[in-house]
Formats: sequence, C-alpha cells, structure tokens
Amino acid sequence: MSKQKIVVVGNGMVGHKFIDTLVNDTKGDQYEITTFSEEPRLAYDRVQLSAYFSGSTAEDLAMTTPQYYDERGVRYLLNDKVTGIDKAAKTITTEKGDVESYDKLILATGSYPFVPPIPGNDQPHCLVYRTIEDLEAMTASAKQSRIGVVVGGGLLGLEAANALKNLGLEVHVVEFAPRLMAVQLDEAGGNLLRSKIEALGVQVHTGKATQNIVDGQDNRYRMEFADGTHLETDMILFSAGIRPQDELARQFDLDIGERGGIVINNECQTSDPDIYAIGECALWNNRIFGLVAPGYSMAKVAVSHLTGGDDTFEGADMSTKLKLLGVEVGSIGDAHGNTQGSLSYVYSNGAEQIYKRLIVSADNKKLLGAVMVGDTSDYGTLLPIMLTGMDLPSNPETLILPVSDGEAGGMGVDALPDEAQICSCLDVTKGDLIESIHAGNQTVADLKSCTGAGTGCGGCAAMVGQVLNAELEKMGVEVNNNICAHFDYSRQELFDIVRTKKYTSFQQLLSDHGQGHGCEICKPAVASMLATQWNEYVLKDEHLPLQDTNDVFLGNMQKDGTYSIVPRMAAGEVTPEGLIVIGEIARDYNLYTKLTGGQRIDLFGAQLHELPPIWKRLVDAGFETGHAYGKSLRTVKSCVGSTWCRYGMLDSVSMAILLEMRYKGMRTPHKVKMAVSGCTRECAEAQSKDVGVIATDKGWNLYLCGNGGMRPRHADLFATDLDDETLIKYIDRFYMFYCHTADRLQRTSVWMENLEGGLDYLKDVIINDKLGICDNLEEDMSRVIDTYECEWKKTIESPERLKRFAHFINSDAPDENLAYVEERGQRRPASEAEKRGFPGGEQAIPAIELVD
Amino acid sequence: MSDSWISVCDESVLIPDTGICAKVGNEHVAIFKVAGSGELFAISNVCPFGKASVLSRGLIGETNGALYVASPLLKQRFRLNDGVCLDDDEVTIATYPVRVTEGQVEVAA
Ligand code: SRM
Ligand SMILES: Cc1cc2nc3c(=O)[nH]c(=O)nc-3n(C[C@H](O)[C@H](O)[C@H](O)COP(=O)(O)OP(=O)(O)OC[C@H]3O[C@@H](n4cnc5c(N)ncnc54)[C@H](O)[C@@H]3O)c2cc1C
Ligand code: SF4
Ligand code: FES
Repeated sequence: MSKQKIVVVGNGMVGHKFIDTLVNDTKGDQYEITTFSEEPRLAYDRVQLSAYFSGSTAEDLAMTTPQYYDERGVRYLLNDKVTGIDKAAKTITTEKGDVESYDKLILATGSYPFVPPIPGNDQPHCLVYRTIEDLEAMTASAKQSRIGVVVGGGLLGLEAANALKNLGLEVHVVEFAPRLMAVQLDEAGGNLLRSKIEALGVQVHTGKATQNIVDGQDNRYRMEFADGTHLETDMILFSAGIRPQDELARQFDLDIGERGGIVINNECQTSDPDIYAIGECALWNNRIFGLVAPGYSMAKVAVSHLTGGDDTFEGADMSTKLKLLGVEVGSIGDAHGNTQGSLSYVYSNGAEQIYKRLIVSADNKKLLGAVMVGDTSDYGTLLPIMLTGMDLPSNPETLILPVSDGEAGGMGVDALPDEAQICSCLDVTKGDLIESIHAGNQTVADLKSCTGAGTGCGGCAAMVGQVLNAELEKMGVEVNNNICAHFDYSRQELFDIVRTKKYTSFQQLLSDHGQGHGCEICKPAVASMLATQWNEYVLKDEHLPLQDTNDVFLGNMQKDGTYSIVPRMAAGEVTPEGLIVIGEIARDYNLYTKLTGGQRIDLFGAQLHELPPIWKRLVDAGFETGHAYGKSLRTVKSCVGSTWCRYGMLDSVSMAILLEMRYKGMRTPHKVKMAVSGCTRECAEAQSKDVGVIATDKGWNLYLCGNGGMRPRHADLFATDLDDETLIKYIDRFYMFYCHTADRLQRTSVWMENLEGGLDYLKDVIINDKLGICDNLEEDMSRVIDTYECEWKKTIESPERLKRFAHFINSDAPDENLAYVEERGQRRPASEAEKRGFPGGEQAIPAIELVD
Repeated sequence: MSDSWISVCDESVLIPDTGICAKVGNEHVAIFKVAGSGELFAISNVCPFGKASVLSRGLIGETNGALYVASPLLKQRFRLNDGVCLDDDEVTIATYPVRVTEGQVEVAA
C-alpha cells in the first residue's frame, strides 16, 4: 500500500505538534510527511521565548531535533517558504522553486505581529517580537540604545517590556487603550497592574495614539502622539497584536474571515476538505486563538480526523495566568462581567497591593470569571470551578479572601471533580493524574514525564503536587520526608541519631541505620551533619567520598571543570598589601578576577594542579579560605559604620569581623549569610540575610531568616537593643537550633516558614529557653568555634592530600580541552561554537588561546 | 590483547568510593574504586552534557542496586558498569576494561 503524502506548511509549535502526534499514532507508518519552514530552524518554544534573555539558547528552546525527524522519516525543508497551492493538481510550490505533491495539506502558518501603519515605522530600530531572529535584532539594537518604547500594553507588550528591561534599557510602554491588558483585566485590575509596573521603573503611557515617528532631538527617534505630546526613544518595539498568517489562503481561494484567519470547521478542515488549518492561522467559529493550548487541540483533532477518528474541536478556554515583570496576573472567563445579570465579589488589599474579583451568575451559583492582580494563588482552584460548572460554595467570597490562621480557606484540590483540567497547556485533567498515580507514578517528576503535565508553561506544577499528595494520602501511602532511598529518616531524625549515638562516620551510620550504598543526596547531607557535630577535617579519607567536588578541592567548580578561589575577607575589609598579593597571583596565573556580590574577590579559572601553589601564596600572606564552596557561613557583609560614616551609631565593621571570625567554617544545612549595618539606612542590606544586625542608639537589633536568591524574603525582627554579649548568645543558639532541625538544603527562610509556631515559637526557644536546650546549643556551638582550622592551610601542609590536585593521576599534562578567549582585558572560557572554530561567524573573536 | 593494558597508578592511591582521572593515549579515563567490594570501574571522564573532563570528581551513588557517578556539574547520573546515563536514555558514555595486577591499576583503552 502506498503511503499518503502529508505536507505541513509551517514548522512552528503547532505544526510540530501535529507531526509529533501523527508519527506517534498507531497508524503513523501509513504517512509520508514533509514539512516546510520559512524560518532557519525547526520548531522551538515560542512561549518561553523571553527565556532567551536570561541565558537560554536556541538549542534550549528547540522542541525537536533533525535527528528526531530523520529517525521517523519526516522530511523537512528549512528557509523555504511555501508560496503557491494548486488545489486541482494537489501540489504546492516554494520560493526556492520546489514543487511537492500532497494528498492532504496542513496549514500551520501561525501569525505575524501587527505593526500599526504609522509613518516612520519602518526604520532600523523599529522592531517586533516573534522569532529568535527578532530577539537577536533586539539585543543588537539594545546595545546601541538607552531608551526603549514598547507600543502595546497587552500581554505580549508587557512581556517585551520585561525583556527590554533585562537588556538594561529605560523602558516605556505606550498603550492606545485607557489601561493595560484591556482584554484580560477590568479597570481596577488594570490600574493596580499599572502602579505595580511603574513602581518597577517602567513608565506607562495610556490613551496615547502614535501618529508619527520622526528623528529625535536627544535620542534617535521621537514619537508624536495625537494629543500633541511626544516621547523620545532609541528603539521601538511593536507589540500591538497579532494577525493570522493567511496569505496562502487569500491568494489561493480558501475561505477566510472578514478580519482575516483561515476558516475551519470542527474537524479543522478549510473550505477545501483536503486542506486543514491549525494553530494561530485558523479561524473557528469566528474566533482566532492566540495561545498555544488551543492550537495543540487543533493539531490533535486534525490527526484524529486524518486517521479515521472522531475528535472535534470545540473551542478553548482563554483564561491566562502569568507573571509579568514579576507581577502575578490572572484572568479567567468573563473577566469583564459582560454576562447579563452577573454579580461581583471584590477583594482589594491596598497595603499588600492585591486585587481580586469574582464574577458569578445572577443566582450566585456558578462562577463566570475572575480577575487577579498581585496574587494568583487562587487561580488553580477557580479555573476548574468555572470550566466544569461546579456549584459554588454558599459564600463565594471565601474563595478569594485570605486564609486566616488555622482555618481552611476556599476549596482545596480535593473538592475538584475528576474532569477538572489541571494542566491547560497539555490538557491533563485531575482524573488523568489520578489514573497515572495509581499506575505507579508517585513523584511529581514521574507524573510529569508520564502525563506531560507541567511541561508547558510550568504554571500548574504546584497543583500537580497537591493532587499527588492528596491522592497518596487517600491511598494510605505515607507521604514521607525521608532523606532518600538509603535512610528511612528525615534529616532532623538522622541528626538526632548522629548526636545521641555519637556517630562519626557515614559507613557506620549507613550499616546501622540505612540500606544500600548511599547516593549524592545522603552522602553530602550526612557529611554536613558530621561536620556540624564534630567538625573534623573535611578531607579525611573517610569523609572524602561524601563531599561534592567543591568541598573535595576546596573551590567552586566552574563550567569548564576549573575552580574558583575566594579568600576570606572578613566584613569586606582588606589591606592594600593583601590586595597587591591577590593581584599578583591573579596576574601570574592569568585568573579572571571579579568582585563578588558578597563583598570579596573571586579568582576564576584555576586548574587543579594550580590550586595548591596559589593557596600557598595566599596563606603565606595571611589569607584563609573563604568557604565559598561549602554549605557554611559565606560572608558577613558590613557597611563602613561609625568609624567613618557621619550617621553610624555603632562600629559595624568590627562587629561584622567578630561575627565572621566566630562562625567561619561552621557547616550548616544550607549556606548562611550575615550582614551588619551601622544604622537604619541599612547600607549592608542586613534584612536580606539569614542573620542581620542593625545598630541603634541603644544597641543592636537582630533580624533572622532573610534571604535574597530565588525567592527573596525579608528577615523578621527578632530582638531589639541588644548588647554585644546577648546578641552573640542569641545567634549561637539560633544557628545551632537551625542545624539540628532543618531539612537538607533548606535555607533559614524556608525553615522559618515551615516552623510550627513561627517567629513566636523561635523566640520562646531562643530567648525564653522553652525547650531547656539552650545550654546544649551553646555548647555545640562552642565546640565548632574551638575546633576551627583553615582547611586550605591544613591541606597545603599535607603532601599526601596534594596528590589529588592534578588533572591526571599518571601525567603532569593539563586538561587540553580548556580553551579561553580574551574579553575586556581578561580571559574567559571559550563557548562551544568558539572552540569549534566559530561557524556562527558574525562576531569577530579577538583571540582564542588553547591551553598547552 | 594483554599488551594493550596500560598501568596508570598504584592501587593504594584509590580511596574507596572516589575517583581519579588517568590519561590513556588520548582518552581521559575516570577510574573508581567502590567501597566495601573494592570493585574497580573505568568510564570516560568527559561529561557529555557539560562537555568538560570532570566525571572522576563526581559522587558515587546507588539506585536499586546499580552504582553510578553523578556529574559534578549538573548531576546527571552515569551507570558505572555500562556508561548508560540514568537521566537520559539516549546518552551513553564509553567504558573501559580495568584490573589490578601486582598492586598496579591497569586500563585497556
Ligand atoms: C560568586 C558569586 C557571584 C558574583 O560574582 O558576585 C556567586 C556565585 C555563585 N552562587 Fe550565589 N554568588 C554570589 C553571591 C550571591 C548572593 C549575594 C549575597 O550573598 O549577598 C546571593 C543572594 C543572597 C542570598 O543567598 O540570600 C546569591 C544567591 C545564590 C543562590 C540562591 C540561594 C537561594 O536561597 O535562593 C544560589 C543557589 C543555591 O545556593 O542553591 C547560588 C549559588 C551560587 C554558585 C555556588 C552556583 C554554583 O554552584 O556554581 C555560584 C558559584 C560561586 C563560585 O564559583 O565561586 N547563589 N549568591 C557571589 C559570591 C559571594 C561570595 O563572596 O561568596
Ligand atoms: C513572546 C511570545 C510569548 C508568548 N507567550 C505565550 C504564553 O505564555 N502562552 C501561550 O499559550 N501562548 C503564548 N504565545 C503564543 C504562542 O507562541 C502561539 O500561540 C504559538 O506559537 C502558535 O503556534 P503556531 O504553530 O500556530 O504558530 P507559530 O509558532 O508562529 O508557527 C508558524 C510557523 O510557520 C512559518 N510559516 C508561516 N508561513 C509560512 C509559509 N508560507 N511557508 C513556510 N513556513 C511558513 C512561520 O515562519 C512559523 O515558523 C506567545 C508568543 C510570543 C511571540
Ligand atoms: S548603614 Fe548607616 S552607618 Fe552604615 S554606611 Fe549606611 S548610612 Fe552609614
Ligand atoms: S498549565 Fe502550563 S504546563 Fe501545565
């Protein structure tokens, strides 16, 4: 039987989904698939496009690979635009002149950005945001610009504004409508979003119609608005909506909608039954769907119809939840309350800048829509209620009111019916998840790979976890907090065992209380506990196999396998002589040198064999290890304080040095950071540290459990006006209590949030000694302090240890894979492309140096 | 075959459950000695994800009886006996015969 020929025009997200679904179908082998793309690469994840600015590469965004297509017999022609369709002969032609015949033709041509017809809109720094090439153009333009304007304050426009901000520009958003995200938000929601975005430094101009783009006086361009005002800028990014790419349908006589879009029926066929249209180019029931999930549904429907199935497309929900410029925004269903007789519930919290509105039916029984700005934690509960048409609880407002202590708020995942959609990107319902859980997928990771839930935008991950835990609990599976498969204990329980039974080795602990051989989770965790408790030399033979490479070589491994060197520089203080030694070492070993965010100097790019001689010179000059590699105290940041500063209340530098010298080397469940400020102006940012100290006119205020990093948390004020002695006593107790009770790799911020009783309880334990353990805590701490030794000093003194500091055990040769490129007067690792001899080509690389 | 064995170091250099890297011809070979059994394994030292020569510096772990090394860069796990990556079944790295003869660790590559 000869195969049916399928031609797919466009290899975007939806075109690829169609191909992937068809080749994985049981009847997949009956088709011969060819796809054409106008773009130079196969499908990539447009939804995550902005991630490109935070370091993702085109490869990271790719949704498939040439190999994947090759292995499945899918032909692909890139950089080849389809320009003609002959419906009678059933062939298509391309720009390059290729002719290809088809039995079924699939149009998945997506859409293109709409650029309003403003005179001057075609200049070099007027750009759009849709493809990887667009991003490259933005990046290039941003390098020569200071100010950027985004035209359009919708979803994509705000995402683009974020991208420009990340590129370091001063950003303005110009919107024609009177408010931001007019489609998804109501007036109050739009206004709150605006004030939040403005607070982040993005300037918003609403109700502005641009009439002309002319040369600027101070900047490259000037935008002239209908109301007579103007705005100067160096680049302009149009994000004023999308238009379906229906050019082929227009030219070759397929039905199109009044305002564009290729008309399709419920089977996704166009007016020619042998031609299908799917994704953003398709118009169903007079609607275009500018999101990826409906496009995926269309792709599945088209495959089903082709292979004799009976799936149909029945529209899609356009609810959205996202984080724009760090602001959470959610919109569900009828966000504007357009339904006849609908009622609203509004919750507005001025202090925390949160706005939520529910739109419910006239009889108060059904949820019609919702708007959320500043807090979208209810999105996951509300969306399924709206989609499944479940009855609302008798007081619908409880669904958006904040939960007060101890009281269960709203409805949990448990209340949702099985049909409730949990992952809208991949269309996975609660029922699908439950089925998969019963089939043995009992971790979030397994559920993800088995059902696909959470692999799109990632927004549903928390819900997936909740469904999993609720279901496991129902199945009677104990949701345990065991550290890993080798120990049936939590970290806290293991620590208790180590302390009370005085274990000093992992092997002994494993054979008495664990099973198997251990792993990369339990080994470093136990090493950390042993170190907190007994503080033995971390490179002792027994402890060596437990440590991550950073601890084994007392430096942080970098991407190319070399290490960094961070000498301790307590409180950020350093003598000129010290600086000179560091400078000489960096010069002699050609180390990339940079100040860290922790007030000290980092030297990058040392090879294993170079570490000992470098550290020898540092130790001889009086430096100690900075423990940048350990789960231990990092830095105590300080401001200059009363010794120099005219506002300083106390000597913050001396206190910071005292604290850093006291706690250096202490191993903790995760790293800990501290800071001391000399007055309430807080130049040392103490309130963002695990332990923060701020001077007052009466003593020290102590702040605990702050955090920068992935999820910043302000520290809690724990005690005020302390004298030096009490301050140190409290910090000793605090650290040791944290060491004894936290989970592995749990920062103090998260530990505090999970501590039953919270801050008040912590005060009871540490200040009032409620548990009667303070003496022990202090004793444990003084053992750590008394047994401190500089690991690098000890290491360079023992020739036995130094043998490991070589790339090869049997040769003095260095690692010949290392290659460097000079940039701004220093060297950095060469990228893969640079190592291959720069096939990318455009950028001139000054020099590439191979290590010999 | 026997003349292709290359001696790389004294067995006493190997600390149980850690690895070292040896240069065998042009190959970077990671050699591990397992705690308890004392068994030896040799695999490529190059992490195919991070494209750096570092695997001998990874932690050794065990899952369902299989021993592996976790890359020190991004923690992908490679099974010691056959080089299969446990986190991406499309990736396998080279393995090499290894043995101890008269106290010397020898690799064939
Ligand atoms: C070098 C430095 C960046 C710089 O060039 O400035 C840095 C570099 C690294 N940071 Fe950092 N962080 C550095 C300051 C910070 C700061 C700022 C600060 O300390 O004031 C923060 C935010 C503050 C905080 O932690 O609360 C910070 C938040 C993180 C996080 C997120 C932690 C969190 O709880 O969310 C990680 C990831 C982790 O630890 O799991 C991280 C992890 C890392 C690692 C260890 C990642 C890695 O495994 O390769 C980097 C390696 C360091 C190296 O190779 O030497 N780094 N990192 C800074 C070293 C400071 C120092 O002198 O020791
Ligand atoms: C910055 C950005 C952020 C987004 N964020 C989200 C989000 O958070 N959530 C969400 O659901 N959606 C989001 N979207 C929308 C989502 O990306 C689209 O819905 C999805 O990509 C549509 O898929 P598609 O295959 O229909 O179109 P596309 O992915 O655009 O693919 C169409 C392809 O066809 C090619 N093509 C067109 N005409 C021809 C021709 N004649 N010959 C050959 N090839 C042709 C095009 O070059 C293109 O490669 C975002 C879009 C952008 C730009
Ligand atoms: S925190 Fe206060 S004392 Fe310290 S530098 Fe700033 S203003 Fe001066
Ligand atoms: S909702 Fe986007 S990944 Fe699940």
